[in-house]
Amino acid sequence: MTLTAPTRTLTAEPGSGATVELRGVVKNYGSMQALSGIDLAMAPGEFVALLGPSGCGKTTALRALSGLETVDAGSILIDGVDVASTPTNKRDIGMVFQSYSLFPHMTVTENVEFGLRMRRVPKASRRERAGEALEMVGLGAHGTRFAHQLSGGQQQRVALARALVTRPRVLLLDEPLSALDAKVRVQLREEIRRITRDLGITTVFVTHDQEEALAIADRVAVMRAGRIEQIGTPRDLYATPVNPFVADFVGLTSRVPGRLVGGEVVVYGTALPLLGEPQPDGPVMALIRPEDVVLADAGDPDVIEATVVESSFLGSLRRTRFELPDGATLSVQHDVGDHPQAGERAYLRLKRNAVAASAIPTEKSAT
Amino acid sequence: MTTKNSVRLGTEPGTVARWVILGVVGVVFAFPMLAMVEFTFRDGLSGGHTLDHWTGLLSEDAARTYRNLFTAIGNSLLLAVVTVGIVLVVLLPTMILVHLQFPRLRRVLEFVCIIPITVPAIVLVVGLAPVYSVVVEVFGGSIWTLAFAYGITVLPYAYRAIQSNLDAVDVITLSEAGRTLSANWGRVLWHVLLPNLKRGVLAASFISVAVVLGEFTIASLLNRVNLQTALLQVGQSDPYVAIIFALLALLLAFVLLLSIGRIGRSRRTGSES
Repeated sequence: MTLTAPTRTLTAEPGSGATVELRGVVKNYGSMQALSGIDLAMAPGEFVALLGPSGCGKTTALRALSGLETVDAGSILIDGVDVASTPTNKRDIGMVFQSYSLFPHMTVTENVEFGLRMRRVPKASRRERAGEALEMVGLGAHGTRFAHQLSGGQQQRVALARALVTRPRVLLLDEPLSALDAKVRVQLREEIRRITRDLGITTVFVTHDQEEALAIADRVAVMRAGRIEQIGTPRDLYATPVNPFVADFVGLTSRVPGRLVGGEVVVYGTALPLLGEPQPDGPVMALIRPEDVVLADAGDPDVIEATVVESSFLGSLRRTRFELPDGATLSVQHDVGDHPQAGERAYLRLKRNAVAASAIPTEKSAT
Repeated sequence: MTTKNSVRLGTEPGTVARWVILGVVGVVFAFPMLAMVEFTFRDGLSGGHTLDHWTGLLSEDAARTYRNLFTAIGNSLLLAVVTVGIVLVVLLPTMILVHLQFPRLRRVLEFVCIIPITVPAIVLVVGLAPVYSVVVEVFGGSIWTLAFAYGITVLPYAYRAIQSNLDAVDVITLSEAGRTLSANWGRVLWHVLLPNLKRGVLAASFISVAVVLGEFTIASLLNRVNLQTALLQVGQSDPYVAIIFALLALLLAFVLLLSIGRIGRSRRTGSES
């Protein structure tokens, strides 16, 4: 089913976005600490993505912000007011869930009107605003349908309209695209970004998809084990990850052995600047991005001999995995004009870009 | 090894097989009922048939003759209403609460609710008799107090009906969506959860009514008068009337159960494709 382009937008109210701040938020589930003192500050209208693997605490943080989870310690401030003990229904937030959460017994229009009805908005005004919100997401003609008569993408659009129609101060999106197919995901994420920007609403977007996070957010917070490892613009995160975890999570990287010598990582004879905090000299595992390796000729300086393992056509580029003499593998992103065959011998060269590296525990340090 | 004509386990029966199964089961159920219907038209031992037993119920002195029976019908209907009330006021909110807030207690609740089906009614009465001596002291000896016992006997059926509906609907996400849209718990329950649990709630209610209308042992052993105890009594003097009322009770239960599958469908199918 095709997704029609939106034709109208809700009226953006100047300054409608709120400041959002999490201060030292802690959440425990029994002996497990889901949030270990999260700190996060968002400016009005900012779009922040919480990115991380399963179980890192990103959804818990979002649910704490919404009030669906209580917190054990810390403050949650919306426009400077601590709402940590305020019930969900009084926080003035909008939320879109991963699973389609439309009320199945209501039509699309009734679903969108629901929040206004709960706020006792007069019926005529409700109808008008619901229609406006549905137009905004390109579903103005679907008001009389039921949820089960819509595609997944359309259901999430209705959920977005329903969350925004009350003009909440904060919009929370809990992996809203993860149940959709690839094409609809990209369409809808671009639309979400456009709408939130038009409305100037402060938005928190939870995802485990790094590409999605980097594409949509003003800033991305990478989380691990209940902590924010790094928060920054997508460019900052990609270019200067503070540690190997962030580097590994934000981008497709290959792990190859190297040695840290005098602040530089020496990998197959090529010295590369080290990203992040200085580390003591010793063996390390370097994280190399596919765009930091190029195909070379046998006679070029500092080349690495390798064997082609597999090669994938990705449209505008090709990604090939090579096996190195020591058994490590290295992914390389290159022009589609080159199409190496599995088993072929090839030569690679590392660009002199900074790389992240983590120390390899030696036998001595391990014992 | 499977052949073209082999039947795999777990596949649904075909249309013909379904009708055959339905036909056989239907005959098994219909045969005694048809026999009951035929019996109500018998003219004593003469071998002929008459409408007198049915028309007699409409005669002027029927109300006096069958006063106890009509009283018993009133009692059973009152008991059905109170029992359904207990299911809706006690069981339903408890199940929703456990499902949403205390999922770890679900197994415990299930165990508690299923227990009555494993306990024979006569054993249940042995336990209930001393309890009812207290109930009578507190609430008096009115017939409606029997609904406390019926509230227990209908638990397994009502629990299953509601639980299957709870399992079929993502009530957690729906209630959370409702709360983020400014609805408090009461409004979430009324506007979001109950409409989506309508089928389960109706099924639980109707099954409860059917169980209450057919209950004999507890009422008899606790010396209360309900439809079944009255039918037994009437049956000793006028078996035709007893069978007529038994048939009518069966018909009511049948209509209630049939309507479970009907109600709530029209809205879900939607008005537009």
